[in-house]
Amino acid sequence: MPNETAPRPPRKSTPAESNAARVRVVLPGPLLRLFPGSQRELVLAAANVAELLDGLDARWPGMRDRLCDSRPAIRKHINIFVDGGSAALDTPLPPGAEVFILTAMSGG
Amino acid sequence: MTQQTILLVSTKKGLFVVQGDAARRDWSLSGPFCEAWPINHAVADPKTGAIYAGGGNEWFGPAVWKSQDRGKSWTHSSEGLAYEEGKDPISAVWSLAAANGSLYAGVAPAGLFRSDDGGVTWRHVSGLQDHPTRADWQPGGAGLILHTILPHPEDDKQLWIGMSAVGVFHTADGGASWEPRNAGTRCDFLPEDQRYPEFGQCVHSIAMAPREPGRLYQQNHCGMYVSENGGVEWRSIEDGLPSSFGFPAAVHPRDPQTLYLFPLNGDSVGRYAPDGKAAVWRTRDGGASWQDLRAGLPQENAYLTVLRQAMATDAADPAGIYFGTTSGAVFASADEGESWQCIVEHLPLISSLETVALDT
Repeated sequence: MPNETAPRPPRKSTPAESNAARVRVVLPGPLLRLFPGSQRELVLAAANVAELLDGLDARWPGMRDRLCDSRPAIRKHINIFVDGGSAALDTPLPPGAEVFILTAMSGG
Repeated sequence: MTQQTILLVSTKKGLFVVQGDAARRDWSLSGPFCEAWPINHAVADPKTGAIYAGGGNEWFGPAVWKSQDRGKSWTHSSEGLAYEEGKDPISAVWSLAAANGSLYAGVAPAGLFRSDDGGVTWRHVSGLQDHPTRADWQPGGAGLILHTILPHPEDDKQLWIGMSAVGVFHTADGGASWEPRNAGTRCDFLPEDQRYPEFGQCVHSIAMAPREPGRLYQQNHCGMYVSENGGVEWRSIEDGLPSSFGFPAAVHPRDPQTLYLFPLNGDSVGRYAPDGKAAVWRTRDGGASWQDLRAGLPQENAYLTVLRQAMATDAADPAGIYFGTTSGAVFASADEGESWQCIVEHLPLISSLETVALDT
């Protein structure tokens, strides 16, 4: 189900892709179901996790809100790993980094 | 063209839509919708036929879902549905109301949002959070939730809301300023000399009488009440009922004196149907007297609970009454409560139930 919001321009913090490291990101299945047309793996340019989320939001409007709350912080039950290490919004992304976004153990 | 009664049944694992035949005797179920997210409340905008469902997902946060084809396809948005940076983030949407071309959403932690574009984008009605009592608001058992929104049917500046455990608040200026309207409602959980505070009451639901927007009914954690002046003063109507505790309240679609409640045995003794015998209680005289309605409802080993938003009436004649239980059953009456049938079983926990009549 596509989010109804019209495509928005990237936030001001989003760099031009040529100025930031290109990283590979893998999205979780439950998130893909919320954004028809989204893809499990992609490569994009981002200097840190916050910029990566902005980049995802630019492609699929509303996706940032599903992964990040208004504090702002990564949502409590979302885990983001950068090259195998647990990450926060300000975690830098080295060139070629692998970023896995996962849904944590939760629910009942 | 005929109208079909549709029930919007919000559950812990998605929204279900129950469609009735013309006689409201045979029902068909579809769902779960909204990716089986926990859905707390769903309403339909009678002007557009759009269905809105509000909830929150442990992974992905709060959202309002929307369907314009009776549930076949859905979109979702939380654009603008957020407090400012640094504040506790919104965990879920708890209540929705469509009125006067706008859509309102009540959230947890308690706050109110408004959409003027059919749920695509939202803006914070910040006057409520700015109320001088805000720092002293305390959560109820389900959290600090804004669970009831009652728009005035003619004056789009007036709105009543219910928050647990803060009480009833009213705005006459479109949400810029608010005043507590809890006079006469008790807090049995406070010391004896503090039981009638300005705010802090645990309101469970409020319902507006048809054609008399100043006549409000309230099911509170501590008693049942009526107000004849828009909540400025409340009067107890619990005499004749089996307890002072329950969650939902539903008004008759045409008779302002007729109200339906589902009293439970009490807040500290299980919170289920008294003696395990299910009954809806009805007054036809504004709360002066009550009748228990049991025909067709289970009268043995029925430890049912009906939550605050999980009972509703339809607009048909005779009026239909419906309620959903935490054990996932929906009961319906097509004759104003005189007789009942179980029309759905085995759903997840039912948080709310609303009705809408749509053209077929």
